[in-house]
Amino acid sequence: MVATGPTSGRLPGLLPELEVVRKDFPILERTVHDGLPLIYLDSANTSQKPQIVIDTMVDHLERHNANVARAMHALGAESTEAFESARDVVAGFIGAPERDEVIFTKNASEALNLVANTLAWARPSTSSGVDLSIGEGDVVVTTEMEHHSNIVPWQLLTERKGATLRWFGLTDDGRLDLSNVDELITEHTKVVTLTWVSNMLGTINPIADITRKAHAVGALVVVDASQAAPQLPIDLASMAPEERPDFVAFTGHKTVGPTGIGVLWGRREVLEQLPPFLGGGEMIETVRMERSTYAGIPHKFEAGTPPIVEAVGLGAALTYLGHLGMDAIHAHEQAITRYALEGLGTIKGLTVLGPLDAAQRGGAISFELEGVHPHDIAQVVDSRGVAIRAGHHCAKPAHARFGVQSSSRMSSYLYTTPAEIDALVEALEYTRSYFRLDG
Amino acid sequence: MSTQADLDAMYQEIILDHYKHPHHKGLRDPFEAEVHHVNPTCGDEVTLRVHLADGVVEDVSYDAVGCSISQASASVLTDLVIGKSVDDAMAVHADFLTLMQGKGTVEPDEDVLEDGIAFAGVAKFPARVKCALLSWMAWKDATAQSLDASGTEEK
Repeated sequence: MVATGPTSGRLPGLLPELEVVRKDFPILERTVHDGLPLIYLDSANTSQKPQIVIDTMVDHLERHNANVARAMHALGAESTEAFESARDVVAGFIGAPERDEVIFTKNASEALNLVANTLAWARPSTSSGVDLSIGEGDVVVTTEMEHHSNIVPWQLLTERKGATLRWFGLTDDGRLDLSNVDELITEHTKVVTLTWVSNMLGTINPIADITRKAHAVGALVVVDASQAAPQLPIDLASMAPEERPDFVAFTGHKTVGPTGIGVLWGRREVLEQLPPFLGGGEMIETVRMERSTYAGIPHKFEAGTPPIVEAVGLGAALTYLGHLGMDAIHAHEQAITRYALEGLGTIKGLTVLGPLDAAQRGGAISFELEGVHPHDIAQVVDSRGVAIRAGHHCAKPAHARFGVQSSSRMSSYLYTTPAEIDALVEALEYTRSYFRLDG
Repeated sequence: MSTQADLDAMYQEIILDHYKHPHHKGLRDPFEAEVHHVNPTCGDEVTLRVHLADGVVEDVSYDAVGCSISQASASVLTDLVIGKSVDDAMAVHADFLTLMQGKGTVEPDEDVLEDGIAFAGVAKFPARVKCALLSWMAWKDATAQSLDASGTEEK
């Protein structure tokens, strides 16, 4: 199998020089199961890494390794410079109004838990400023399409504080059901949290509209951008303040960066008002035995030695995406997603969960194949070298909404070719014959 | 062995037969214990009931959702343990566990495991071992609870 066939290679919207881009990702050269080409369609789970990210991390470890912000020597200065430069890159990548609003975490889950926990600890404000405390009678609103990491932290928060967790339901075609928005977003609502792009259904949510409604009642808006950051251009500074969320979280490893590094962007006024998350080195101003005072943002929320080389790797990753251009990457994802929806549509008994219009969705496509369990599908297509995910994709409530216990999911990225989609379709046809679905 | 051969070794005819035509499926009365086990990584679920009488496994009934491996495994489990003494059934359980945790190196005894030997191929796929063991772990749990319950009653 060649990576791009003569006809499919001309699909409009694909990244120019896709073959050259693919060569940036060494893992795409390898084979699996004794010689089969790797068809990697699990990028919503984790993306593959370009050589520049690997090399930047190795170079940092080989030549610049030292702790940051506390070593008074040449390497310490180089390491701090590399780490803080990565923060600048992240800020540029999402168009953060201020670079100090970018906090490094270990992943998106930690970023979301940071917000939920510090809100749980926030005291009723005595001086000026918004009252961030959450208590009985207050409401936190999430949605039925969230990843578990944007449900459980809010369940913990509302259970601890005696507040109420409510959620947007979903329409049959996999969008947020906004028909009761005025019942959910009221003067009792303190937080509205939602995913920008669903990891299961692919749905792109109307962040600006919901944020405007939430801000009108004084609620904070928290956005899980784990699936959005890899594929949508994000420019927070250009959003109208009333439509700009207060927090945006994403993880490094889905944006061609390493694992172990995530990002929380938060609005300065809110971050400054929230209490610290973890206590330790780096997050203090001064420590006395009686009490301590805390560093300013972002370091207030970065206790202990941070994931330095991971942050440096993330900086290289986002620089790489910036060179390709997020508009071009988004167009590529849409072209591949449209092609995949067409291809999957030809398979008898296959049902896609989520919107069917490629322009309205991200590149993760979950589907059911009547008569074969998702595990068995993933196992059989893997025997053909095709890597997809099977299970609940950490979105059990969304699966329950559609009356399914699990699904199979293919997810493309900037290096995915139409020929790889053809290989998936062929492997699914093979799966149907393997399980003798036609008799 | 090639990938295709490994795949065929896992999806034995016996397994696919049990998957399509599961034995003893459905929840039945009477029972002393009912358990609900979940494989958190994939969401496979089984609700399983055990009815013991005079030290014998009188019935095992279940309702399960999951892949072919987990469904077939539940079906084979019921064939193997229903009608046996609890001690004998526990011995079969131990043998099946050894087979599944053997990474493909354990030679199964057909006299003990009967259709269960078909799962030898599954043991080579670490991600699928949990599928095969889901109902077996549920059965062990439910049986222990049944024994506890009857022990309490006797007191």
